[in-house]
Amino acid sequence: MSAPLLDIKNATQRFGGVVAVNDVTMHVNEGEVFALVGPNGAGKSTVFNLLSRFYTPAAGSIQFNGQDLLKLSSDEVPSLGIARTFQNIELFEQATVLQNLLVGRHRHRKTNVLSEIFFTPSARNQEREHRHAVEEVIDFLDLQAYRDKMISGLPYGVRKVVELGRALATQPKLLLLDEPASGLSVEETQDMAFWIEDIQKQMGITVLMVEHDMGLVSAVSNRVMALADGKELATGTPAEVQSHPAVIEAYLGTSGIQKGGKTDKKKKSKGAAA
Amino acid sequence: MDFIQLVISGLANGCVYGLIALGFVLIYKATEAVNFAQGDFMMIGAFVCLGFTNSEFLGLNFWLSIVLAMGVMAVLGYLFDWGILRHMSGQSQTSIVILTIAVGFVLRFVAGSVWSHEPVSLETPFAGEYVRAGGLVLGVNEILIIVVTVLLTLGLYLFFSRTKLGVAMQAASQNQLAAYYMGIPVKRIQSMVWALSGMVAAVAGVLFASKGAIDPSSGLLGIKAFAAAAIGGFGSLPGALVGGLIIGLIEPLSARYAPDGFAGIARIAPYAILIIVLIFRPGGLFSQTQKKKV
Repeated sequence: MSAPLLDIKNATQRFGGVVAVNDVTMHVNEGEVFALVGPNGAGKSTVFNLLSRFYTPAAGSIQFNGQDLLKLSSDEVPSLGIARTFQNIELFEQATVLQNLLVGRHRHRKTNVLSEIFFTPSARNQEREHRHAVEEVIDFLDLQAYRDKMISGLPYGVRKVVELGRALATQPKLLLLDEPASGLSVEETQDMAFWIEDIQKQMGITVLMVEHDMGLVSAVSNRVMALADGKELATGTPAEVQSHPAVIEAYLGTSGIQKGGKTDKKKKSKGAAA
Repeated sequence: MDFIQLVISGLANGCVYGLIALGFVLIYKATEAVNFAQGDFMMIGAFVCLGFTNSEFLGLNFWLSIVLAMGVMAVLGYLFDWGILRHMSGQSQTSIVILTIAVGFVLRFVAGSVWSHEPVSLETPFAGEYVRAGGLVLGVNEILIIVVTVLLTLGLYLFFSRTKLGVAMQAASQNQLAAYYMGIPVKRIQSMVWALSGMVAAVAGVLFASKGAIDPSSGLLGIKAFAAAAIGGFGSLPGALVGGLIIGLIEPLSARYAPDGFAGIARIAPYAILIIVLIFRPGGLFSQTQKKKV
């Protein structure tokens, strides 16, 4: 088997006395959809922030595509082909949808200041290429109606899609989605599930996501890792993880083993339905 | 005729205010802090150019000296951010504002020690030259101020709308976190904004000095430019220029057409306009803030 695309070994991150991520080892294979699940405060977002190089782990190593991620600063991470979205949506508010997506092309722009100011043929050709790449993303995500709208006037669900589009415009190898379905309606969540499938299958982009909606997780993920209190509980297929005793315990507490068993069955059937 | 004459010299003054205001807005947009030393940056820019070109100092060509002064001010702006402000990131904006006020005092002292505490005039190739057109007598310096400001504005417009660096600056000013994850080195970009604002300050300083003399306290002009930036909306580059022009125009016109005994009104006119604008359009003329949706 070839080396994994993303390889995290024994990563530990502390905030004062709190151990947010405790000795976590995981890997994401090229082409898969991998989901991180767990209760609030489990350390899922911290893992994302480690990958975005917002934090430097106290211990452990992170390799991406054979390169040591910890040697880079957060603005250098995108150049390796890692893109992300945020739980609370971080867009350029005073710009249009199109402009936001074009900023996603930043790492691919290679013209110099003079050719840009005088808009020379080479700068013009590049601009055309970037515009073309962005239009493909707009078609893919059905954003045509919003192309020239300001972000500050758009509803939440659309912003969520725009942020996904901006991440796709960077043409990443690995896409980090931080709670892609939070705040979305049932239909919007279904759209998101289709898009994640297409991103994986048609575009060949590897996806690592944090998500609470187990319906979405079961529908799109190849593998799931459950975390609680910064530690790994279980890793496996969505069904395996959902039925794992340690996961059930983390979600439902330790009391009432009988009750836990019942819920376990329910969850399983739910997973199968999805 | 009299009126047109006043308008032109008012526009020339307004251009200088506008350029200083532009410096305020550049820094404000990039770092959300107000640089109260912007007027003193302008004064230092003028003195640096004077040091290059005046015969008692280096005696270099005037135009070359402007370019050199822009370069020096760009480096100073960059170093100020890189060496001092970057270490204060995370501190409250109030402490940054107070720091810039202190820097203003230091710069005034430095300029006085190096050059002079008395007014010094900048030697320009066009000093005292006039152009007669119809019944108008126009100072070459006034025409030049307007032309240079228009060119600089055009250059900045192209820079921000077309270049990768300019777009990166806009992105970093709107959302730092998102800019990082688009591959934009936000901290370096902020230092470059300081460099850009230093360059604009140098141009403003040279233009200001070409109208007369410069002395270390000329930087206090920054207060008027601050009013100009606030009139324009404090987040808008075109707004800063328009605000500068409004103040530049209102001063000579109110002095000329005020009723007898009220000529002093010119001194308070800029601030009166500011108050009126803030009452009727609290966000400024070119407000970019939108009402929060509930």
